Amino acid sequence: MTTTQRPVAEGLFTWPPAAAPLRLIGSECRVCGLVSFPAAATCVRCASDESKERLLADRGTLWTYTTQDFRPPSPPYDGPKTFEPYAVGYIELPGELLVEARLTESDPEKLRIGQDMRLTLVPYTVQDDGTEVVTFAFAPAEESTHAEQEAS
Amino acid sequence: MTEAVIIGVGLHPFGRFPGKPALDMGADAVRLALADAGVNWPQIQGGYIGSYEVANPDAIVGRLGLTGVPLRGVFNGCATAGTAVALAARAIETGEHDLTIAIGLDKHPRGAFAADPSVAGIPSWYGQTGLFLTTHFFGMKINRYMHEHGISHETLARVASKNFRNAAGNEKAWRRTPLTPEEVLASPVLNYPLRQFMYCGPNEGAAAIVMCRADQAHKYTGKPVRVRATSLRSRRLGAFEVQSPSFPVGEPVDSPSVDASRDAYERAGIGPEDVDVAQLQDTDAGSEIIHMAENGLCKDGEQERLIAEGATEIGGRLPVNTDGGLLGNGEPIGASGLRQIHEIVLQLRGTAGSRQIPGTPRVGYTHLYGAPGASAVTILST
Repeated sequence: MTTTQRPVAEGLFTWPPAAAPLRLIGSECRVCGLVSFPAAATCVRCASDESKERLLADRGTLWTYTTQDFRPPSPPYDGPKTFEPYAVGYIELPGELLVEARLTESDPEKLRIGQDMRLTLVPYTVQDDGTEVVTFAFAPAEESTHAEQEAS
Repeated sequence: MTEAVIIGVGLHPFGRFPGKPALDMGADAVRLALADAGVNWPQIQGGYIGSYEVANPDAIVGRLGLTGVPLRGVFNGCATAGTAVALAARAIETGEHDLTIAIGLDKHPRGAFAADPSVAGIPSWYGQTGLFLTTHFFGMKINRYMHEHGISHETLARVASKNFRNAAGNEKAWRRTPLTPEEVLASPVLNYPLRQFMYCGPNEGAAAIVMCRADQAHKYTGKPVRVRATSLRSRRLGAFEVQSPSFPVGEPVDSPSVDASRDAYERAGIGPEDVDVAQLQDTDAGSEIIHMAENGLCKDGEQERLIAEGATEIGGRLPVNTDGGLLGNGEPIGASGLRQIHEIVLQLRGTAGSRQIPGTPRVGYTHLYGAPGASAVTILST
């Protein structure tokens, strides 16, 4: 049985996974070179409105992290009713930016500031019709995820 | 330029008051502040009022008297009261009015703040996927800070314990049950490394402050408190700030708290070494620790030793959050910063009762920080 998946939003990361390597879709200011994520039409450094798409690095290092141990207020959160704690962090993509993301490892004792991380996708919730909604996440570099195995 | 001085303060207790509208709490706080100043409502020439939950806080005139007074609504998130005080002081400094009021009131439902990310200009997916929580930022900022500056989990617990102990001596505080550091560390983790008893909660309350021209203060009080500086700063590019899906790499950029603090010290002609008592935004125990350094009151990492030595206790060298802070009082957003100033005024008058700091304090300091990366600082003196 194949599970239908859809991205939580268009234009956030490359999709579908079979079409291209997974990357976050950012933007780069054509005037001052500032890299933004999500892609921004206007530059917050030089106020230029000329930008181009930039696919961001899929590897970086963990700059900081925390955990989410209670179900966030819903709305806006639309994750499953049965709550499983998750972790979030900022991953430094060298020369580009620090991006906030969910982490595949939810145990803070197994996370370490400075560790290598790589981009992946996670199905963070399931719609009533069974469609998995997928968002981007970062995994410790040595680990691969369930969603990725399904997608490949 | 004329200087503004505080001649009256009023505080409605912070907590939960089922059935009591925020506007009624605000009106109670105003009446207390007016009585403290020895003036009546029709004498007030202008004011500023802030609230998150009440769309038209200026409707409070229906409770106080329809005098036609210009009462302007202001809002800057958790820094709202800083703006109300700044503008009420500015109206005096510029000569627009001789007698002004700053009012804050709020009545939040239980639990973490819930809003659509669009209110902060952020796409919906950020909220849907569980990233739009200000508490993540506080957990991540202190986690990084502990890593860089050697702050321990025990120090986080000591800060929370101190603020609950201070609240226990404050009849208007909300969480008045003292907790030992061990009890704080035994509470469940909400956002690593922050635990349940290391967080403040949104609640209900109101506060008000009456100000006048310094050269008229003698008509009202023998102990005016001078407004030496007010400052508000928003986040700059490169600073690590709340509600940021990303931020640029490169040299670290100072937080708006650092920017507002430096500006306020410069305007006041007062340095951090002169501060006798401080009220710092303690959304969580980690925030109080970081804000000690961001407001120039110590160097990064010194908090570990200072807090172990009791320097921030009521009898310490630098008392912080003597009324229990946000941890002990909760946070009705519109009123929170006015609660801080209320406490500083009592301390500088020497009328803070069982929580009065020793000696003759001359300079007090208040600091607010919140979404979307805004900070307000006020420096007061005798």
